[in-house]
Amino acid sequence: MTVLPTSNSNTSDSGQGNRKNHSLSPLLAEMENALISVDRVRAIRIVRDSCITGSPFMCLETLIVPVLESVGRRWETGDVALSQVYMSGRICEEIVDTMLPAGDPRRVDQPRMAIAVLEDQHTLGKRIVLSVLRAGGYVVTDYGYGLSVDQLIDQVISDKVIILLISTLMLPAAIRSKEVITRIREIQPQTKIIVGGAPFIFDPLLWEEVGADAMGYAASDTLDLVRRMAEEVQR
Amino acid sequence: MTGTMTSMQRTLETMGFKEPDRVPLFLLFTMNGAKELGLSIRDYFSKPEYVAEGQMRLLKKYQGDCVNPFTYAASEIVAWGGEVIFRDDGPPNAGNPVIKTNSDIETIEVPSIEDSPSLLFSLYTIELLKKKVGNDVPIMGSVISPFSLPVLQMGFEAYIELLYGEPDLFWKLMKKNEQFCVAWANAQLAAGATAIGCADPIASPDMTPIDLYRKTGFIVAQRTIAQIKGGVATHLASARTLSRIDDLAKTGTVGVGVSAFDDIGEVKRAINGRMVLIGNLNGIEMRRWTPEIAEQKVKGAIARAGSGGGFILSDNHGEIPWQVPDSVLFAISAAVKKWGRYPLNWVTDEG
Repeated sequence: MTVLPTSNSNTSDSGQGNRKNHSLSPLLAEMENALISVDRVRAIRIVRDSCITGSPFMCLETLIVPVLESVGRRWETGDVALSQVYMSGRICEEIVDTMLPAGDPRRVDQPRMAIAVLEDQHTLGKRIVLSVLRAGGYVVTDYGYGLSVDQLIDQVISDKVIILLISTLMLPAAIRSKEVITRIREIQPQTKIIVGGAPFIFDPLLWEEVGADAMGYAASDTLDLVRRMAEEVQR
Repeated sequence: MTGTMTSMQRTLETMGFKEPDRVPLFLLFTMNGAKELGLSIRDYFSKPEYVAEGQMRLLKKYQGDCVNPFTYAASEIVAWGGEVIFRDDGPPNAGNPVIKTNSDIETIEVPSIEDSPSLLFSLYTIELLKKKVGNDVPIMGSVISPFSLPVLQMGFEAYIELLYGEPDLFWKLMKKNEQFCVAWANAQLAAGATAIGCADPIASPDMTPIDLYRKTGFIVAQRTIAQIKGGVATHLASARTLSRIDDLAKTGTVGVGVSAFDDIGEVKRAINGRMVLIGNLNGIEMRRWTPEIAEQKVKGAIARAGSGGGFILSDNHGEIPWQVPDSVLFAISAAVKKWGRYPLNWVTDEG
């Protein structure tokens, strides 16, 4: 069984979920503590109390996204566990869904974005990224898991996807992403492709070998990468 | 085996925190024997005789210090009613979850070892290997820990939500998984396995926070290991161990598999003679190593963790990827013989 690893930094195992993050404002730190303690009620209350007067996007940009990015950074340094990252993303996704329901025209649906697990059956990495992107207000099509190279290419071409996120867990699938990327580039060169998952973390040169535009180390990285790529393609 | 000791003697000596003739090398091959026999991975795993023969050829070829009758993690899931998905260039995967909703936990039945062909396959493989290696080479049995098996039984996301949200159902599942794991481990020991490697990635600080682990996986591990009639080495399957060493030592495990992302020297110091350290070569990166890099990596690991015994050189996941070239594996084997001979005077000399 392979699991998602983290960075070279050594974990302190202080990840009980309640340690204060002093780099954040008191409000963001409170929200972060609520999330990594998996306290849905408190997280919802914080959002409700602090986002009354703002627009949903103001709330996303000033509260939810920065906190999710902070949780992601703390995972990278070994300060919180993947289970906490997952639950944080799910809670934020639920909150954002109430503010910006699916289909709400204010969601960011351009450029067209999709995510898939190539060949593998494990979906946790994809689910975390999806939650974080949706919590960031993006519309992302979920192609699911266990897709073959041909299936994924057909979907991307047919849907004219501009930003594709490929999640893998096992090394052979990560290596196969090269074929996906090469063939998509031949047909639809404007598509940007971000890869992620354990093999790319254990082998930091692999994402370049497969020809990806970028690698998402953690879900929070992906949010930033998508934001920058979206600006780039829309320029 | 090489040197003046048998592989078994070498391994037992290091497990006793003494320095054997050299650092033991556990090259944990699974599907790799298929290449040696010229078979596809699916065909290779169709007969225990193939797996036993593959292991023996790999043992001779790379002169490691153990054989590994483990086939693939999904073999346990097959026993629980699940499916296995084969591929041509990597380990078979478990298919769709056998626990589709939390209510399935109430009704799912613990598989009987005797009625599970996928498990009987491994037991027969162990028996075949035992006939071939006797007491000269350790035979590593394998189980997935009760705490980590739900990732395959129900999917990672559903399991995390169960852990946080459904404690009663979680403990019902643990009771069933513990019963299965103990029976499965003891059956392998009875068939001739020397010790049991227990894959428990969810025990890693990368996966679960310490307070949650102490209330769940730690208790499960203590109860399970206490009932297994042989030595158990816990492997976190590439996830980090360092900050959880004290807890792992209290589970009763005799060894711990260490991540490539752990500082192996720090882990050795943290272990402080309580468990043997197994690791921590980066199997994924190994694919692109040159023989020279392989030698450097082996030398570095031995320098940081070899002194005083209590150290088995291995990869960091418990499985050598299909894509790792023979030249790298030969270089690892040669480097252990070159740099792993005790006493490790060169470590002191090089500072």
